[in-house]
Amino acid sequence: MRGATPGQVAAAALIAAFLAVFLVLPVGTVMYVAFTEKGTGAFTLVNFADFFRTELFVRSLWNSVYVSAMSVVWASALALPLAIVTTRFAFRGAALVQTLGFLPLIMPPFVGAVAMQLLFGRNGSVNLLLDEWLGFKVPFMEGLNGVIFVQSLHYFPFILINLSASLRNIDRAMEEAAQNLGSSGLRLFRRIVLPLAMPGYLAGASLVFVKVFDDLATPLLLNVKDMLAPQAYLRVTSIGIADPMGYVISVVLVVASVGAMWLSALATRGRDFSTTQRGGGGLARRQLSRGEAVLAWGAVGLILLLVLSPHLGLLLLSFATVWSFAPLPDGYTTAHYARVFGESSTYIANTLVYASLAGAIDVVLGTAIAYLVLRTRLVAREWLDWTAMAALAIPGLVLGIGYLRCFYGVQLPGGQPLATLWIMIVLALAIRRLPYALRACHAAMQQISASLEEAAENLGADKARTLRRVVVPLMTGGILAGFVTSFSTAAVELSATLMLVQSNSDAPLAYGLYVFMQSAAGRGPGAALGVIAVLLVAACTLAAHLVAERDHRRKGGSA
Amino acid sequence: MQTRRALAGAISALGLLASMQGADAQAGKVTVVTSFAKDVTDPVKRAFEKAVPGVVLEVQNRNTNAGVKFLEETRAGNQVDLFWASAPDAFEVLKGKKLLQAYAPKATGIPEKVGAYPINDRDGFYFGFAASGYGIMWNERYARANRLPEPREWQDLAKPAFHDHVSIAAPSRSGTTHLTIEAILQGEGWDKGWRTIKEMAGNFRQVTERSFGVPEAVNSGQVGVGIVIDFFAFSAQASGFPVKFVYPSVSTIVPANVAIVANAPNRAGAEAFIEFLLSPAGQEVLLEPSIRRLPVNPAVYAKAPADYPNPFTDPRLGKLMPFDADLSESRTAAVDTLFDQLVTFQLDALKAVTKALHDVDAALARKDNAAARRLAGEARDLVAAMPVTAAQAASPEMRAAFAGGSTKGARQAELEQQWAAFGRERYAQARQKAEEALKLAR
Repeated sequence: MRGATPGQVAAAALIAAFLAVFLVLPVGTVMYVAFTEKGTGAFTLVNFADFFRTELFVRSLWNSVYVSAMSVVWASALALPLAIVTTRFAFRGAALVQTLGFLPLIMPPFVGAVAMQLLFGRNGSVNLLLDEWLGFKVPFMEGLNGVIFVQSLHYFPFILINLSASLRNIDRAMEEAAQNLGSSGLRLFRRIVLPLAMPGYLAGASLVFVKVFDDLATPLLLNVKDMLAPQAYLRVTSIGIADPMGYVISVVLVVASVGAMWLSALATRGRDFSTTQRGGGGLARRQLSRGEAVLAWGAVGLILLLVLSPHLGLLLLSFATVWSFAPLPDGYTTAHYARVFGESSTYIANTLVYASLAGAIDVVLGTAIAYLVLRTRLVAREWLDWTAMAALAIPGLVLGIGYLRCFYGVQLPGGQPLATLWIMIVLALAIRRLPYALRACHAAMQQISASLEEAAENLGADKARTLRRVVVPLMTGGILAGFVTSFSTAAVELSATLMLVQSNSDAPLAYGLYVFMQSAAGRGPGAALGVIAVLLVAACTLAAHLVAERDHRRKGGSA
Repeated sequence: MQTRRALAGAISALGLLASMQGADAQAGKVTVVTSFAKDVTDPVKRAFEKAVPGVVLEVQNRNTNAGVKFLEETRAGNQVDLFWASAPDAFEVLKGKKLLQAYAPKATGIPEKVGAYPINDRDGFYFGFAASGYGIMWNERYARANRLPEPREWQDLAKPAFHDHVSIAAPSRSGTTHLTIEAILQGEGWDKGWRTIKEMAGNFRQVTERSFGVPEAVNSGQVGVGIVIDFFAFSAQASGFPVKFVYPSVSTIVPANVAIVANAPNRAGAEAFIEFLLSPAGQEVLLEPSIRRLPVNPAVYAKAPADYPNPFTDPRLGKLMPFDADLSESRTAAVDTLFDQLVTFQLDALKAVTKALHDVDAALARKDNAAARRLAGEARDLVAAMPVTAAQAASPEMRAAFAGGSTKGARQAELEQQWAAFGRERYAQARQKAEEALKLAR
């Protein structure tokens, strides 16, 4: 590869500026407290010494590492069968499975937690029935193992999506070559297919690791407080206490997350995953025999039942009159939907606008960063990647406060503060969800051979044209995976949104949910809104899949 | 391609829609930042807009902490007229940061105190509009299935029957729970109060990080008993949940508040809202089933349902003990941190000792043993021990450690480590003694 072109330098500078203004600066204005002495504000590192001297924090750190690692293991166990069955075999319903297998990622805040407890909690449906029939209970949702259980169900789609995209991108010639040389079955899969799909798997697995590491909602839902992210959250959000430790923990979270990403980058460094042939439809799909089909459907059905049970619980809750200490609700009603019907249209419109804009920004940035990192030799280009990924570790509340601090003073011509515009919500969502799209785009680009671009350039195309006509079309699967993940998770984001929403007419669904879920009577309507959110995102995901498939077929046909 | 274009069209149309809706800077708009649920704000909004024609109440829902942070960060170009929430400590913080505007409400018929607590801020920065008391809420189905007796007093929750069945919000996270803890400490004294709290805490199932987490868990039957603010239980009952509620005799009635934000863009509208809330019409809205808060105007209770608790006449609520707000204020951070370090973050250890002590009691009830009784008593004393005295907790050095004063004392992080280590050691020793006692008693 040659040196950087002026265009590449300009793109890198633009992205760096964007990240600086909308991520580093706002977060920095809040987090610098970690490096100051309380009271005087003088610079000090004593807070970090305190961190490592405090038994609770050190224990929390190890707990977080343990839970994240175990979640990756279990999430892989859930995702691998689904990904393989739907991409390697002629399996009817593959699109449906891909869409359904993706839903767990969209867990609306608060209601999702209530639904989970009602199903798997100590007195949830499953345990009440177990207790009645067999006389024992299973602590699904207790302690660190409970966190691992819920996190695996919640985040395995990251692996599913990225691994599936990778599997589809593998050049059939590789497989055929191996077959010609006498390899088949499990050996073929282990030695050829899986290694070639590694970028996708690693992208997903590292996302699961970092996301679980930085997630505070699930541990708090299970009342597990000796993990790092909840410790940071509990401290940052205590009223009136000027405590630097919350920010110290946030800094540790950022460093650890970036470190994890760096390690996963090391794992793929110096290896070539790219293949040259494209558009042929990926791996050959093997026909299933009748027995195999039954087996495959059974496995897929079981996994889907498990991972979708929270959504079933949510659906029940949205139609329930009262549901308390019982396997099923006391009665059913449609009144909750009637109650949210009137106001939800604003929420839905806002959510669609915000989440799709955020998703679009994310894939553009993600593609650009991936391109700069993998295809250029700009100095410090990895820093773009790491900085963007650090967003995963920033608590949404910190980002929200930072935005208010940086942008509320900026007046628009009408005298309105910049921070009150709804576009700020979009930017905050885009920053928070950028890591998802970035990993997907990065993995997709790793699978494209640079020789294709060189060929295009030899034929006279300039860099921009090559990018537009060759690279991006070849990355479609990865870009789509990135868009869908960013879009759908942005649709249910709450913590930064809660800080930035200025009026009901600007509010997205997650905010509407929040205002319902603070009272006993609001539980049903809240669940109804949650169901609407899930259906909405599912419909958009399915549409995106269909568009991509048609696109793929069209290109496959003309190739 | 066509689909994509259609999709893009739809999205930009929606964007236009959203931006049009965002531009309704209507005259007479009153903006309120509140932590109250929609079920509370909606009826009040409806009644207020009816009572004051031409006015529109714009409700921004934020949790209390986010609301405080929001006002802090936006003070330069404030666009909020009112702050409306439960926890008095949040208002104290806002007042301390000069983010509130003093006002003298014209409404009549509201007494100076409810129970022992002054209804309004003495400097006129915030005003109580509803009273709430703390108490015990339980799920009847859960209680039946687990054979729980009906609780009456805080001490009841320390009984073996309630082990692993009780839930509370962390006082550092919930201003109202903090007041309950403080009420127990003031009612029983520092040492005895902490003993009661820790004996109760030994039976906790969980310490949640948000106030509503407790009634939510009781409503759905995940936890049997919750220490909650009264209206959570009343509104749950009104929604049909199988829950009951009782006020213990040592409790405190505290007002939920409303305040005008400094430099409010619509000061007149803000005043009108406060006057409405305190007027008989506004107070009556509080009686709605989805709200169920106690009005601060005693006359309004005439319109309440028969079984509605009335803190102004109910003998049980009337004899509530006095509450020293200054004392509470001087040690807030210390009390919250002590609770977190000795209870919240060491709940497993504390529960293990308590379980062992319950077992000893059961064994002793069958066959008495003086040595075992003595060991159990020692274990109880170890659990109850506190790393700081009441005087130390309220000392200026302690306040400086939390607030970051100019005096060089111990840092908050150092205190936390010390207190955590203190608790860890005592709980381990106590557990050893309790297990020895159990061997003797059996």
